[in-house]
Amino acid sequence: MHRVQVLDARGISRALERMAAELVEQVGDEKLLYFVGVQTRGVPLARRLANLVADATGHEPPVGALDISLYRDDVGPWRAAHQQPILRDTELPVAIDKKVICLVDDVLYTGRTVRAALDTLMDYGRPQAIRLAVLIDRGHRELPVAADYVGRVVPTSRAEDVQVHLKESDGEEGVWIAKEVGK
Amino acid sequence: MSRLLIKHARVVDPSQRLDEGLDILVADGKIARLAERIDDREATVLDGTGLVAAPGFVDLHVHLREPGFEYKETVKTGTAAAVAGGFTAVCCMPNTQPVNDSAAVTEFIRARAAEAGLARVHPIGAVSKNLEGTELAEMGEMVRAGAVAFSDDGKPVQNAYLMRRALEYAQLFDVPVVDHCEDRDLAAKGVMHEGAVSTRLGLRGIPAAAEEVMAARDCVLAELTGGRVHVAHVSTRGALERVHEAKGRGVAVTCEVTPHHLALTDQAVADSEYDTDTKMNPPLRGAEHVDALIHGVLDGTVDCLATDHAPHHADEKALEFDLAPFGVVGLETAVPVTYDLLVRRHKLPLRLYVALWSTNPARLFRLPGGTLKVGSPADVTLLDLEARTTVNPDRFRSASRNTPFAGQRLKGWPAATVVGGKVVWRRERK
Amino acid sequence: MSAQAAARLRGKDLVGIDPLSAGEIQLLLDTAEQMRDIAARPIKKVPALRGKTVVNLFFEASTRTRFSFEVAEKRLSADSLNFAATASSVSKGETLIDTALNLEAMQPDFIVLRHQYAGAPHQLARILKSSVINAGDGAHEHPTQALLDALTIRLKRGTLEGLVVAIVGDLQHSRVVRSNILLLSRMGAKVRVAGPPSLIPPGMGEMGCEVYGRMEDAIAGADVVMMLRIQLERQGRMNFPTVREYYDFFALTPERLKLARKDCLVMHPGPMNRGVEIDSRVADGPQSVILEQVTNGVAVRMAVLYLLAGGHGEPTAD
Repeated sequence: MHRVQVLDARGISRALERMAAELVEQVGDEKLLYFVGVQTRGVPLARRLANLVADATGHEPPVGALDISLYRDDVGPWRAAHQQPILRDTELPVAIDKKVICLVDDVLYTGRTVRAALDTLMDYGRPQAIRLAVLIDRGHRELPVAADYVGRVVPTSRAEDVQVHLKESDGEEGVWIAKEVGK
Repeated sequence: MSRLLIKHARVVDPSQRLDEGLDILVADGKIARLAERIDDREATVLDGTGLVAAPGFVDLHVHLREPGFEYKETVKTGTAAAVAGGFTAVCCMPNTQPVNDSAAVTEFIRARAAEAGLARVHPIGAVSKNLEGTELAEMGEMVRAGAVAFSDDGKPVQNAYLMRRALEYAQLFDVPVVDHCEDRDLAAKGVMHEGAVSTRLGLRGIPAAAEEVMAARDCVLAELTGGRVHVAHVSTRGALERVHEAKGRGVAVTCEVTPHHLALTDQAVADSEYDTDTKMNPPLRGAEHVDALIHGVLDGTVDCLATDHAPHHADEKALEFDLAPFGVVGLETAVPVTYDLLVRRHKLPLRLYVALWSTNPARLFRLPGGTLKVGSPADVTLLDLEARTTVNPDRFRSASRNTPFAGQRLKGWPAATVVGGKVVWRRERK
Repeated sequence: MSAQAAARLRGKDLVGIDPLSAGEIQLLLDTAEQMRDIAARPIKKVPALRGKTVVNLFFEASTRTRFSFEVAEKRLSADSLNFAATASSVSKGETLIDTALNLEAMQPDFIVLRHQYAGAPHQLARILKSSVINAGDGAHEHPTQALLDALTIRLKRGTLEGLVVAIVGDLQHSRVVRSNILLLSRMGAKVRVAGPPSLIPPGMGEMGCEVYGRMEDAIAGADVVMMLRIQLERQGRMNFPTVREYYDFFALTPERLKLARKDCLVMHPGPMNRGVEIDSRVADGPQSVILEQVTNGVAVRMAVLYLLAGGHGEPTAD
């Protein structure tokens, strides 16, 4: 395994600060904002973005977590995966109706996770709007999905793996591109 | 008929205390001569090199299913299975349809056996008319027709009064009464041995006490009447103890044990996940009973081995465990299963092993055979004690395949079977 | 002994608790806990089993268990079909195996089987490609019942380990007690069973519990008391004399409940015989979690379907 770092801890902070600033500028009424992180690493990122918005506006947006396992398209009748993903918590402390949801995830790749997240959210209510914020966009979209706020665009090949490590879950901070030696 | 010369075999004959390399000459269907080296240019030679030659094995307990249940087995397929298992004679139980409670059915069975021309068949007649347990059947007429013993197997003679009178009446013909010892009330519709395994599997159990209670009763009645009781398929320590104790006091009680009761415990039902080929009556018992049975065989309390060969059609066995009929076939696995267990593992001397299958059963039911003495019928079982192969039910000669031993690799198999001087079966050479 | 949750179930079927490891049980309970939340959503449905077909093959009448499975199946968006057979024996013309093979020709993904004879699920699991789920086989096992019982206890107490659980009733004929003994003991609980001595099967202690002939001895200081339905319909009067005598000696009354811990949970797999094995004051009292058991039943059955739908075998390295 051969890995190359593309973003360090400072890089991550700067990216999130910029995204939070763009969000605040574009949302209009920050009281409508509601950050929902996609399990698992989207959740700490959502919390960080919410804190940054709170620092900037004085208003603390609610933060939720979303587990999309039950809506994935690779474990239905066209199952590709060989085991069911472990279910994690979905916590939406506030109703999503009429809110501007900011869906947060660490990596945007094929777009299928986002599609599943949208379907999951829709079964919880009717938000006013849903925006998508991702730390890394690695390309190779398979569905017509685009992020509204992107930390860094990192072109990759399909053989590569993007590893986002956050201190909340992994002990270290950084983004790496990893590749199997010999590929 | 031409003469048969069995050469170079190791002759093991308990009736003559023989265990040595001898040639056997057979003429006119009888043993003509035993000597270290016999030459006879006109005789057909059966090469017994590396084989053991024993008096023909006799199975005192098989179900041939004919008349009435020919889809499970017929006298022809059953005797074919017998000779493929090394047996020269079998005694068949009367639970046919119609029940063998008359001379007519007894004669029918014997005629069928003669037609097949394979193993000898000595029918066991019913104790009670139609196996109903209320009236004595015509024992005398059946003995005249060839019956050698009486039994209501697969049922017990539940009524003690009837058992008493049967034991008394049977003395007129000097035949034993064979009892399937099972108190039906205590057995309470159980389907396997009552114990920790039946509890874990959620199946109704047949307590060991159901067998012991009736075995004890039969010992008491044998003593009371002076009649001969043979306890069929003993499976429990308690029943064996009762038999042992009664014998010690001179009561005329004998018993048999099946290969599956020696080789398997009730755990087989759990391990096989409710495979109905582990369902039979009496059931496979707990380890403490199996140990007692093995010891009973080794110390002589057990008089003989018998298979209780009970064929059933695959469709019948493919039902839920509670509903499937009791019984497993046994003729074609009897020798390898018991040889492997008793002689190889428990070091039972070969001549005692041979006696359990030949001399003893013949003596118990007063059958011709069980010996290779000059002048006796030329019924010979040849065994290849070095042969090692896997039990394959698809190659059985029996019409049925319900065996718990499928896939087991065993050592010690029959090699050839001679009945009345005729080689009726030989193991195919690869 | 705290179990490390497995990543998946090893087998394609759920024939009982007996073949499951503590890790697999943990996985089922964790997943069931997540499934509970779906009932709290505005749309009580997720597409996880969309397009999957489940046949509820019930040979024994059981409205409540079948209903619970149906709700679970529908909440996962599976297509649920009910086949209520009344008897399986050859006398009715079609054997269990033939019925199942005929159903399999229509390619169901799951067969939920309730049958009056032990071992029926094992027979089907052997010959069918579908996943077989045991909803109760004779007196053998009722795995989803034990799972929902365990989930109920865990939600109330936080853990199963070290708890004293007393199970009282007709032990001889109960599949619920067998599954519960296996599951609870495997997860580190201490199980005590009690019943009339004429209804205690031999060797039950070897399954992982202590056996008592007197109810009071079993429930003294217990954290959970689970009452079994006395099987009146199967009760030969040779095993137990009368309902009145049963109540006198084996019913959970408020007085007897005092022998247990103050906050002891009261459970029952249902349906209850009020006034026979359980007094109404106890069944409806503050310690009773009987209705929660029912709610958790749906969640547990959803978890079973979800995990079995994911394929099986030893987990691949991530």
